[in-house]
Parts: sequence; structure tokens; C-alpha cells
Amino acid sequence: MTAALVRILGDFDLAEELVQEALLEAIQHWPKEGIPEKPGAWLLTTARRKAVDQLRRQARFRNKLAQLEGELMRDDTAEGDDRLRLIFTCCHPALSREAQVALTLRAVAGLTTIEIARAFITSEATIAQRIVRAKRKIVDANIPYRVPAERDMAERLNEVLAVLYLMFNEGYLATAGEQASRRDVAEDAAWLAGLMVRLMPDEPEALGLLALMRLHLARARARFDDAGNLILLQDQDRDRWDRERITSAIVLLQRAATMHRSGPYQLQAAIAACHSEARIWAETDWRQIVALYDALLEQMPSPVVELNRAIARRYRDGAGAALADVERLTEALDTYYLFHATRAELLRDLGRELEARAALRRALELTANPAERALLQKRLS
Amino acid sequence: MKYVLLFGDTKERARQWEAMPEAQREAAYAPINQWFEKYGKNVTGGHELQPERTATTVKFTNGKPVVTDGPFIEGKETIGGYAEVTVADLDEALEMAKAWPTGGPVEVRPIIDRGEPQR
Repeated sequence: MTAALVRILGDFDLAEELVQEALLEAIQHWPKEGIPEKPGAWLLTTARRKAVDQLRRQARFRNKLAQLEGELMRDDTAEGDDRLRLIFTCCHPALSREAQVALTLRAVAGLTTIEIARAFITSEATIAQRIVRAKRKIVDANIPYRVPAERDMAERLNEVLAVLYLMFNEGYLATAGEQASRRDVAEDAAWLAGLMVRLMPDEPEALGLLALMRLHLARARARFDDAGNLILLQDQDRDRWDRERITSAIVLLQRAATMHRSGPYQLQAAIAACHSEARIWAETDWRQIVALYDALLEQMPSPVVELNRAIARRYRDGAGAALADVERLTEALDTYYLFHATRAELLRDLGRELEARAALRRALELTANPAERALLQKRLS
Repeated sequence: MKYVLLFGDTKERARQWEAMPEAQREAAYAPINQWFEKYGKNVTGGHELQPERTATTVKFTNGKPVVTDGPFIEGKETIGGYAEVTVADLDEALEMAKAWPTGGPVEVRPIIDRGEPQR
């Protein structure tokens, strides 16, 4: 068994350690739950799962990780089914969104409560309590531990993807500047999305979400300068983008497209792909992007999507047309800092400097994120 | 596993419901009756309640009971009735709640099972 792990990990000490850990787990579980049908297979699966957890902590082992996970799924579909049941239970709509996020990170991705607390800048006690409460509700309300029935599948899969996307966004935003010590939950969310794709390979929206996350991560390095200041897409050094990762994400998106079931995640990934494919800002295909936003609005009408469409229109049709679109969203987005920041940009384009400054100040009032604040301050001065 | 479905409504709609002419109210009951037909085998108890204006609440001040007019739930919502249902798990109870036809909210609560003999 150690040999099987050494072959993949290339590290004898680590392999031996994981086998020891698997044995320890067996000592804890078997007296309670009985000896499994195939004890050897159980041990190997457990040791492999521990290896996966280990490797995930070290991004440079990404290739080995894929190999190991592939093996896990291939020769143990029971293991795969088990994980899927676990994900759907952790993301059950009867749990609050924040409980879903914490529970999924803890139970499926294997993070500690301390890691989760750091990632979301909250106390360990808060996260621990959130998880305990969620587990108690699962037991007390008898939330079933199973993959949902066919008729509920679309809705429940959406719920899982929404949890992972929120997790990703919070992780992605939390990395804003500083704090290298903090775990990158965005990477964990992408890993979980990858897991969903392996477990449910025929779901195009899962592929779309994974592609979307990978496209963002591929460009993450270019988002900040050395001082931790946020760099806008148009000013980013595109040589720092991870071209290989972009290409592989686009392959995922193409695979999703062959299934002919479009959806919001695929469309958002397609928009991100448009940006990623442009070698320079000036080559961005704004026509295509506006068309994709139109399709997205049809499937998912939302003022934030309309705001993004307006931003794309600025480059296709000019600031005047974009501002007219933006002004229509005043009522819906008055407390959203990006609404005011966007409005300020457009007003400035049109030479309406005084109004632009007022809008910038309003935007500043509405965000606490240090990197975003710094950017707005710079524009004001 | 047993759950109670608490059928809620806004006070405003509850008043409209009461003010309906008899024939219209009967027609409005049709989808509710269909729901009970469909899930009848799972419904093991429950009642529709008289409107909120009939409610009397006993409140305790320093341990002393004080009788007052009206419900104890404050706000825009009111409970119109409840059903006790016996199903396998929360998903089945939620399926019933999602099919509830009045447009009012449904709160699903597991009951505490102390292993009392079934009646």
C-alpha cells in the first residue's frame, strides 16, 4: 500500500506517514462502524484521500494531484458517490448560505476551522459555532444524506454552484493586497468546482463555473502591484497572465458548449474568456462581450449585470450611451459602490468633473475594502 | 419522522379571505383540497384556525397570568393553520411545503419525538 502511494507522491516518508494516519483512522472508525467489506481498499482510499489533502496544500503538485484524484474516482465509485452525497448535504438549501460555505470547506475540502476563520477574517469561535449549528440542524431536522432525486437535481445543483461561487468571490476579494499567510479560499473553491466536474461530468454549468474560476485565477497575479495596489484590467501586464491556465479553461468551456445547455456560469465564463483572449486591452472584442451580456440578462436579469453591460457599451458605443444606461439603475444600485465608481468614470469621460468627484466620494463611502479604497482615493486626488 | 407545517399568511390577505363571499371562498379552497388529496396519506393531524381576531393570549407578568385580546405573534404575518405530516426526511416535508397553493409562507419544523406510543 505504501508502494502505491510512493509511486504517485515520489516521497517515501510522506507515503508512510499517510498510511500510519489511515491506520489510526481505522482504529477509530472500525470498532464503531464495523470492519468494512474490503479493509485493504478502505485503508488505501483513506490514505489516498489524505494524500490529496496534503498535495492540495502545495500548488506546485497540481499535476500529481490530478493523477491521484483521477485514480480515486476511477477505482472507487463508492468514494465518489460518498463525496457527492456529502457536498449536496453541506449545500442543502435548508442551511444558511454562510453555514453552507463553512461546512463545505470543513467537511469536503478538509480545511480547519482556523483556516476558514482566517480566510473570512472572523474568529475561530464564530466559524466553529456556525459549523456546530449546521450539523445540529442536519441531525435534528433530518436533512437527508443523499444525492437529490432527478426532479430536484437542477435546483440543488444550482445551489451547490452558488455556494462555490460565493466562496470563490469572497476568497478572491479577501486576497486584496497583503496577508500572504492567509489561505486562498478561491483556490479551494476552484478545487471543489473541479471535484463537482469530475463527479458530474455531464453538467455544463459545473464546467462553466470551473472555467470561470480558472480564468479569474489565471489572471490573479496581475491584479496587484508590488505595493499591493489593485490594478484594473485595462492596466494589467498581460504577460503575467497564466496563458496555459487560460487555454485549459477555454477547453473546459468548449466542452460545456457541446452539451447545448447554456447557462449563466457558461456565459460569465465566456465573457471572462473574451477578456483573456485579447492580447492587449485595445483588442478586446466589445461587440461579442455586449452580446454575451444580453444573453446573460435574458437568463439572469439583474441590475448588476446591466451595470456590467453598460461598462462594455462604453467601449462599443461611447460614454454617453453607457451613462444613459447607468442612470437608469440609480434606484436599484444606489448603495453599490461600483455603481458610483462607474458613473464617476463616465462623467469624467464626458468632462463633467464636478459630478464625477461627487460620485467618487459616494463610492468611497460605500466600500471598506482597502485596495478598492486606495484606487478611488487616487482618482479623487 | 414527523414535522409540523405552519401555514402563514399576511394579515391583509387573511382579512380578504374572510371577507370573501361564500361561493368565491369555496372556489378558492379547491387547490387546498387538492393538496390534501395528494398528500393525504402523509398528513397525520392538523387544523385550519379561526381568524386572528378570535385569538386570546395569556401573558405572564412576574409569573402572574394576564389575559389579553389578540395573538402573540406581532408583525405583518399570521398563522392560518397547521398540519402534522409523517414523512421520511426534510426533503419530503419540503416537497409538500413547496406545493402549498395559497401563496403564503410555510414554516417546516420537526417535532420532538420522545418515543411516545403512536395513537
